[in-house]
Amino acid sequence: MSETPTRTALRPTASGRLQAWLPRLVLAPSVAVSPFFVYGFMLWTFVLSLTSSRMLPSYDFVGFGQYARLMANERWWVASTNLMIFGTLFIVICLVLGALLAMLLDQKIRQEGALRTVYLYPMALSFIVTGVVWKWLLNPQLGIQAMVRSWGFESFEFDWIVDPDMAVYTLVIAAVWQASGFVMALFLAGLRGIDDSIIKAAQLDGASLPRIYWRVVMPCLRPVVFSAVMILAHIAIKSFDLVVALTGGGPGYATDLPATFMYTHAFNRAQIGLGSASAMLMLGGVLAILIPYLYSELRSRKHG
Amino acid sequence: MAALEIHNVRKEFGSERVLKDVSISIDSGEFLILVGPSGCGKSTLMNAIAGLEPVTSGNIYIDGKDVTWRTPAERDIAMVFQSYALYPSMTVRHNISFGLEMRKVPKAEREAAVERVADLLQISHLLERKPAQLSGGKRQRVAMGRALAREPKVYLFDEPLSNLDAKLRVDMRTEIKKLHPRLGTTIVYVTHDQVEAMTLADCIAVMRDGHILQLGSPDEVYNNPVDMFVAGFMGSPSMNFIRATLEADGDGYALRIATPDEVDLLLPWPNGPPYGRAGGAARQAGDSRPAA
Repeated sequence: MSETPTRTALRPTASGRLQAWLPRLVLAPSVAVSPFFVYGFMLWTFVLSLTSSRMLPSYDFVGFGQYARLMANERWWVASTNLMIFGTLFIVICLVLGALLAMLLDQKIRQEGALRTVYLYPMALSFIVTGVVWKWLLNPQLGIQAMVRSWGFESFEFDWIVDPDMAVYTLVIAAVWQASGFVMALFLAGLRGIDDSIIKAAQLDGASLPRIYWRVVMPCLRPVVFSAVMILAHIAIKSFDLVVALTGGGPGYATDLPATFMYTHAFNRAQIGLGSASAMLMLGGVLAILIPYLYSELRSRKHG
Repeated sequence: MAALEIHNVRKEFGSERVLKDVSISIDSGEFLILVGPSGCGKSTLMNAIAGLEPVTSGNIYIDGKDVTWRTPAERDIAMVFQSYALYPSMTVRHNISFGLEMRKVPKAEREAAVERVADLLQISHLLERKPAQLSGGKRQRVAMGRALAREPKVYLFDEPLSNLDAKLRVDMRTEIKKLHPRLGTTIVYVTHDQVEAMTLADCIAVMRDGHILQLGSPDEVYNNPVDMFVAGFMGSPSMNFIRATLEADGDGYALRIATPDEVDLLLPWPNGPPYGRAGGAARQAGDSRPAA
């Protein structure tokens, strides 16, 4: 007898049932579409990389022939070496600069909000805009070199962008300019999370300010460094628009990165098979970074 | 010689005056407690002593030396923080020895100091752990250990027990009280808990709005509070206040107390002239003198 009201209360109403299903309904389209458009196309790219496709996809399988061609391709090696140089310098400089800016901004200075926005602003621009702006700045006839020469320093030279050996470093300059503010914001958030009295305690213990940051604060920011490296690494590997806007891969193909190599071969030079093979190698590179990251994330969640 | 002397210290944040001409002097080995409601300036005064906040004017002397413009590290003090402020990335051992390392104490001496402190506070078995793996009470001990490792001139305790549970707080209070004579060092201790103040201190400074209202032994502060604020702040349960009128009564004085049933009570004032002409009279509950 007394169970009757409980039972009616348990019976779900129509709106309650909708509530329960709503998240699933909303997510359903993307769940339905992503296996095809993400994993399906990944798979298709892999299949194409095993064929001799040129202008249009064909299914004439040649095994790993395209990969062999890729390994023998000098331009691919230039692109890979560039990625190593660009990626390493970009990540390291961004981290150092971002951490430094964050520490300086953390000294309870006036107008911190305004300064923070100034440093963060480049992140709001697309890499295309960054690339174009820096192309003008670095142009020997228009930009910094011309300006300094007009001040009277006639022998001043800053023509990296037209120098095949140095052009890749101009990519680093522009990318660092864009991303270091973002890294600064990450570090600043991390610094704000640290108990003020830890720093006071270290002061009382007789540690100098650089030492406090190096010995006490930075070890607390390891998770921030980790996330920053992850984000920067994938920005570096995906870099395409910056190269297109800043150097167009030139001079010659001196500033090619794997992404521009892939695009040029797959869509401009009618080498879909070769382009696909390079795309798969890039995917391998991303996975090599992502899998350890996901693994450690999942493991720590299990422990937490 | 005074171990710590604070002379007319003022601190202003913009137009707000947080410390207004504070002067305190305590002898070597004394246990001074700064007590008062939140926002009374006691933590600011503590930070001024530590050198973490510059003062606007006035002087601070530690062991006879003027340290007003010295850095915290040069003042030879150690501090225990309310949040413990342990270095999260270091082991307990490293936490305790860090201050010594920064002062370039040789490794063997550092090790000896860690062992001594760990023994004293019974944390020897925790030395290889990280702070995150310790309970609040254990962290508290480590924080104290860090301060004790360095045998400074003055110890500063900034509400060290307020993050502990009630039972542990009483235990640690006892322990600090026992520790003090063994160390024989001057201690300045900030708290808002008047029980802590009454039980631990040699000398209590009751603060309010940046002033020191009364500076004296727990006994003095308890039995002879200077004003109604001090009287109401110290003691648990807190004192009753009863409005009364002072009247001449023969040769002496008497207090007239109005009761709700409109029968006035007339209580003879025991001896000597009272403090003022009319207003509140205050005596601690349980005191033999008449009031409540």
